[in-house]
Amino acid sequence: MTVLGLLIPVSLILGGLGLWGFLYTLRSSQYDDPDGDAQRILSGEYDDRPKS
Amino acid sequence: MTMVSACPACDAVPAAEAAARAQEPQAAHLALSVPEIHCGACIATVERALEAQPGVKSARVNLTLKRASVEAGADVTADGLIAALQEVGYTAHELDAGALSATANDRAGRDLLMRVGLAGFATMNVMLLSVSVWSGADSATRDLFHWISAAIALPAIAFTGKPFYVSAWSALRAKRLNMDVPIVLAIVLALATSLWETMLSGHHAYFDAALTLVFFLLAGRYLDHRTRAVARSAAEELAALEVPRAIRLVEGREETVPFADLCIDDLILVRPGGRVPVDGVIVEGQSELDRSLLTGESAPVFASVDLVVSAGEVNLTGPLVIRATAVGQDTSLHRMADLVATAESGRNRYTSLADNAAKLYAPGVHILSALAFVGWYLYSFDLRTALNIAAAVLIITCPCALGLAVPAVTTAASGRLFRMGLLVKHTTALERLAEVDTVVFDKTGTLTKGTPIVKNWAKLSDVNAGIAVALAKGSAHPLSRAIIEAGKHTSAADLADIREVPGFGMEGRWKGQTVRLGRAEWVGAMPSDTSAVYLKVGEGAAGEIRFQDQLRDGAKDAITSLQSAGFGVHLLSGDGRSAVAGVADELGISDWQAGVLPQDKADYIAALSQEGKRVLMVGDGLNDTAALAGAHVSISPASALDAARVASDVVLLGADLSPIADALAISRKATRRIRENFRIATLYNVIAVPLAVAGLATPLIAALAMSTSSITVSLNALRLR
Repeated sequence: MTVLGLLIPVSLILGGLGLWGFLYTLRSSQYDDPDGDAQRILSGEYDDRPKS
Repeated sequence: MTMVSACPACDAVPAAEAAARAQEPQAAHLALSVPEIHCGACIATVERALEAQPGVKSARVNLTLKRASVEAGADVTADGLIAALQEVGYTAHELDAGALSATANDRAGRDLLMRVGLAGFATMNVMLLSVSVWSGADSATRDLFHWISAAIALPAIAFTGKPFYVSAWSALRAKRLNMDVPIVLAIVLALATSLWETMLSGHHAYFDAALTLVFFLLAGRYLDHRTRAVARSAAEELAALEVPRAIRLVEGREETVPFADLCIDDLILVRPGGRVPVDGVIVEGQSELDRSLLTGESAPVFASVDLVVSAGEVNLTGPLVIRATAVGQDTSLHRMADLVATAESGRNRYTSLADNAAKLYAPGVHILSALAFVGWYLYSFDLRTALNIAAAVLIITCPCALGLAVPAVTTAASGRLFRMGLLVKHTTALERLAEVDTVVFDKTGTLTKGTPIVKNWAKLSDVNAGIAVALAKGSAHPLSRAIIEAGKHTSAADLADIREVPGFGMEGRWKGQTVRLGRAEWVGAMPSDTSAVYLKVGEGAAGEIRFQDQLRDGAKDAITSLQSAGFGVHLLSGDGRSAVAGVADELGISDWQAGVLPQDKADYIAALSQEGKRVLMVGDGLNDTAALAGAHVSISPASALDAARVASDVVLLGADLSPIADALAISRKATRRIRENFRIATLYNVIAVPLAVAGLATPLIAALAMSTSSITVSLNALRLR
């Protein structure tokens, strides 16, 4: 059962990573226009850098 | 907007341009509502059109909100951008440039979404641990897992559940019960008993159930918020077209003052194209007034000295000086707003399905759980068992599915309506829309476009047509614009000395003869009762140019499908008999009334309601506001006056009327889904509650009941899309 001592922290850290990723996308306004983003991915007009 | 200066050059600028200037934003950030955007190609077209405008730095379309935000230099006006979009085929409205409230709304939404995410991650981790407990983790391992669950769940719930604590507390303080009170009680009780069980190394802990509950409820709350935020921001920020400033004449000098500073007996100058700010009497000048928004009359009214004018009328041709007789709160415009206020108080008494459910649910659950506690305590004299069972009852009955039942459906339905160009502003509007059996339409600006077209252009001789076009080009009058539109393939005659005679029409010289285009009395013709102008060449008889208001796109379809679906359709208008009869005839409406005053409209609706009819009012003018507010539910087009849009529950964003019939059908379907959802949620309770009361419920059963009912309810709502 000592493996639990390893697995539990690992699962918590992985969950935390996911949470951090979610908060990052939230803060950088990636959920503001879900419909638009879904359409934009099909657009042929793109540039090298994301729009500021 | 302190830029209105005493610069002498400004006084020479035509009024239209001055008005545009006054709308110029201080910030270089502009927001436009573009209701017709619906696909990827639209995004590209709109962004390209906007970015091609000089001075525009960047443009970004938000498809979800159907908005475009533009970063531009200070010299770029919203009017220019709207015109540019018009050219590529999109209608746009300006949104309040200082859209601070929009970002505030957004912040609330983001905050909720963040809580949803946090609750979700916490739930997943605790669920992992719980699954191992359910599948047989024992003694020390189980205790360890329970402790870790507690360490995750307690802070997560304390933080993410804040919206519920706040709402429950404010309800309790007002000595009411709302849905959030049993929720908070269940959460607190579940956490307390679970912690206690964990300390005593008991078998059952409900940390996962409490977290799942919070997660699902937050998701419902977020859906609800999003539906409403989209509608609210778009509806309320459609910028007022009128500039709340007036020009006051003091000892011959002009000064620009806010409406609030005007006093009785002030002399006020109203330029052509401007809106009359006060009730008063004309003391100088001649012009024509457009009263359509106040009374529904489609033909302009001749105005000269001593005519009594009301706030809200639009001056068309010549400058007018008005002596104020009533200002601010006393104007007829505000009296109309009072009518709205009295009519609206009736509507707020409407109880939604969710309220009804909550009223039954909250006491029921508390009594049941208290009975279970008392019963088990008397039976076993064991406080721990009794408390555990009471908590299980509260958790299992907890309104996860009930909390999702309404928002999931309204989100799906509002989303579908939004894609059709309808903005649902009011929370209970969908439910009220579903109960409608009678539809009352206004004419001018609602069923018709409010912009006249020439009816008998082909009957004019080429020479006369050329003269009419040449004269019309010198004026900004709506009828002149209609003539120019009708004669765009006619070459204008060569005229000299073209001048506008305010209030009467246009005059010029053609081959040595005087030519006139204007009112019947002025050119010496017999006035007819339809909207018309008269063309007189030299000494010949005057020719008549007739106008007709154009029907809105989809008006015919909307009326036909409403009638075939069995709705009673009525037409009420403040306009003259012949104009109303024409439209009623064309659309096949048999119940119509002309020359109706604003109060009469409201009374008509009240009389219909007395008969037990549920009335949907569709209107756009100030004269409709009382009726809009008094009706069971109301719709107004985006082109309507502010007051009308505020009074209505649903705003029609596009120019097409046909979505109205579909909206009624969708709202009925939505209400049916909400009822189904309540039934599903109740069914799960009927199965799970006896288990909980009997003491047979385990955390596993609680988790299963909660998740399956929530997911079924959401899927049922999705059938609407």
